[in-house]
Amino acid sequence: MAQHKVDFASNAGLPIALTSVDKLLNWGRSNSLWPLTYGLACCAIEMMASGGSRYDFDRMGTIFRASPRQSDVMILAGTLSKKHSEFARRLYDQMTEPKWVISMGSCANTGGMFNTYATVQGVDRIVPVDIYLPGCAPRPETLQYALMMLQKKIRSESANMNNNKKQDLRLI
Amino acid sequence: MRKYVPKDNVQKKSYYTDRFWVAPRVPQSDVEEGSHFASVVDALGDRVLCAYISLGQLIVTIKHQDNYSTLETLKDECGYKVCTELSAVDYLAQDGEFEIFYQMLNLDDALRVRVVCRIPDGEAIETTVPLFKSANFAEREMYDMFGIKINNHPFHKRIIMPDDWEGHPLLKTYPLQGDEFASWYEVDKIFGKEYRDVIGPENRDASRIDRYDTKRFSRVGYEVDFDADISKGESKTPIEYSQTVLVDYTTGTEQLDERR
Repeated sequence: MAQHKVDFASNAGLPIALTSVDKLLNWGRSNSLWPLTYGLACCAIEMMASGGSRYDFDRMGTIFRASPRQSDVMILAGTLSKKHSEFARRLYDQMTEPKWVISMGSCANTGGMFNTYATVQGVDRIVPVDIYLPGCAPRPETLQYALMMLQKKIRSESANMNNNKKQDLRLI
Repeated sequence: MRKYVPKDNVQKKSYYTDRFWVAPRVPQSDVEEGSHFASVVDALGDRVLCAYISLGQLIVTIKHQDNYSTLETLKDECGYKVCTELSAVDYLAQDGEFEIFYQMLNLDDALRVRVVCRIPDGEAIETTVPLFKSANFAEREMYDMFGIKINNHPFHKRIIMPDDWEGHPLLKTYPLQGDEFASWYEVDKIFGKEYRDVIGPENRDASRIDRYDTKRFSRVGYEVDFDADISKGESKTPIEYSQTVLVDYTTGTEQLDERR
């Protein structure tokens, strides 16, 4: 802003913008999400396409990370079998706070068409889910939209994760 | 007037049944004299209880104690060097026994033989892993899915289901949506049994609508807070329409005049 245009009458007389630590931290968090490279079934193919050059998650500051200890978003992409549920939960536990979960596709949301003894009937039985993404399988655009919704959610949260009202307290 | 017919269950009832339909049987024929399959039956000798040709394949029925020696003869003398598949069929309700089959392939002559035997419930069958490496996983799967024990198997362990699983899922008595153990498996394993009450039973009907579940459902005109208790009823909230886009002609023409 040009020197002669500074209006010292506004903003408490100083050319500054007031903000909060929350906004700054959430700006940083939401614009550099690191999802875990973790695919379960056919939804993972769409997830890979989202990460590739054509759909390009990188333009949102999102790059898949190969270690749960260095990632903060878990995308559960596909059918979660009961045998594997223990390991999915272990990966979730290894991720550092703050962390968020996207349940991608019908199978992860509700068990989908696998209404059988061997499939977890919705991953919200084992991890707290932030975004449920419908579709069988969801297109990469849909996953990008889900990630943008997650960014929106993060921006509206408190930077101190303890203050956030988690919807699924039973699983944390 | 048309005659009244109760329609409560009309979609579940089959509306057309062919009274004269007979389930088709796969045609069976005897083994021809002098053919390749006749020499196979000769080589197996007394062990053959029954042999016939179906769909160009020889099907040999044997006693379950003879499974190893039969497959050994087929492999060494008749050229059936590949065991493409072996598994079982549950006939427990019908006969109280399993049917175990071995599908053998001769790559030189492009011919197949199926060796079939019956085994009573609770008896173990001899392994065929020394003859065929492919039998290793197949026999483990047979044990996993049916609970048929394998004698002398090198690694007698479940292969598909978790090691601590209870029950054998391919038995006809096993429910498709799982028994008590299966429905709580992941909760028990991850959180412990005391978490069953917290997490609750599985929702096997994904399209079920719970009238009082305010976490996932809300009624138009009766919106309440997230996870509010509405078991004693909820108050009506008037529906708010956008005043800028919609024009309410019923209350007057002021808005319309203004827009004009």
